[in-house]
Amino acid sequence: MRVVHVKELTETVAKLCWEACYYLPDDVLNGFKKAERTEASPIGRSILQQLVENAEEAKANHMPYCHDTGMAVVFVELGQDVHVTGGDLMDSIQEGVRTGYREGYLRKSVVGDPLLRINTNDNTPAVVHTDIVPGDSVKITVLPKGGGSENMSAMKFLLPGEGAEGVKNFVLQTIKEAGGKACPPIVVGVGIGGSFDKVTSLAKHAVLREIGVHHPDPHIAELEKELLEEINHTGIGPQGLGGTNTAMWVPIETFACHITALPVAVNIQCHAARKKTAVI
Amino acid sequence: MAEYRLKTPLSDEDIQNLKVGDSVLLTGRIYMARDAAHKRMIELLDKNESLPVDLKGEIIFYAGPCPPKPGQVIGPVAPTTAFRMDPYAPAMYKYGVKGTIGKGPRRQMVKDACKEYNAISFAAIGGLSTILSRKVKSEEIVAYEDLGPEAIRKLEVEDFPVLVAYDAHGLDLYEQEIAKYENYNKHSKEGAVNYENV
Repeated sequence: MRVVHVKELTETVAKLCWEACYYLPDDVLNGFKKAERTEASPIGRSILQQLVENAEEAKANHMPYCHDTGMAVVFVELGQDVHVTGGDLMDSIQEGVRTGYREGYLRKSVVGDPLLRINTNDNTPAVVHTDIVPGDSVKITVLPKGGGSENMSAMKFLLPGEGAEGVKNFVLQTIKEAGGKACPPIVVGVGIGGSFDKVTSLAKHAVLREIGVHHPDPHIAELEKELLEEINHTGIGPQGLGGTNTAMWVPIETFACHITALPVAVNIQCHAARKKTAVI
Repeated sequence: MAEYRLKTPLSDEDIQNLKVGDSVLLTGRIYMARDAAHKRMIELLDKNESLPVDLKGEIIFYAGPCPPKPGQVIGPVAPTTAFRMDPYAPAMYKYGVKGTIGKGPRRQMVKDACKEYNAISFAAIGGLSTILSRKVKSEEIVAYEDLGPEAIRKLEVEDFPVLVAYDAHGLDLYEQEIAKYENYNKHSKEGAVNYENV
């Protein structure tokens, strides 16, 4: 058994919050560059060039790439041989978010009650997903999720017989409705299977996958390829101002499901596709 | 698709001359307001009460910035999704706002209002926050400070880059440009990105 003090968790989460917001991952930056090389629209090419410059400037000056530094979504994989000491695990994560957003000069974008809508002024609470896994380490990932693209996400129960075609139609319909509102070029996280709660979680986890990496199952990888191509034929383009690069990647995650059901969820990730992981 | 450098507030003549797709560098005063501030302002307009800031003839930038680091005028900032302000926009244009800056497509009601009240809906690039923050030369909270990032701010900007997305003649840049690239080179596979081969 390994002992991990909550102070270490707080410090790790705080650092991940601002690092994620300042430094866009290489796979995303490469995604912009690749898109720029193939983009047919002159407006689209200009937008992609500016996004690359913005990412480089944010990195050099240690500033947020996008002002919408999101609601923090924190994924914790806690090894079953870890004993957390010194306080409450969940409190320590929220304290990390509070510290990271304050010390990193990140925007406070969270209102406490969804109907009364008073800003909590410290960007807490974060949404925390926990998994108990084998081992004696703690893996933490922070995904600062912007509101504009999250708003355009959707979920639907299809009939089991609708199959892959039904999934494609629903994903394409969701992307067309989102258009420029979701801040393309986007990453389209798709969940297929599971239950009402599981399928949205699958779509969210899919967004964490690196651009360029396909699902290990050949038929799912094929679906990812087909969807990417069809989404890029919608004409929506960078910022919805027309073009041939609407999505940079379409990662799909799947799970078993009930004989009656074919749930599908689409979690749209804007071009500020930020994520940062640390292992304690 | 012309290029202009314009001083704000814009004149009626400036607005008449602008066409969708034109690039404009704005210099001068603009105001920042987004969801929560609009909700409050519309409630005032509905009651025929005056707004906390005189926005007649002005441009509203739909945005909320990050806090500035020491030495910065303003933290990173870029437009938020304009669509969410659509239900408020016709009343704001009717009141006298001459331009708005947001990201993403808008509804027919906004196109109609731009035409009726001789106004513009501009697009700036969503998430271009580090670059756009450099174009802001001064920032002051002028109303609704309790809203934090959603407070109304007065900005002085210099060469702030925008595109004319909806002009005063009823045209729509999003619709026009998307139509050009729908099913573009679908069979030759040129244009669409292929990550396996790039």
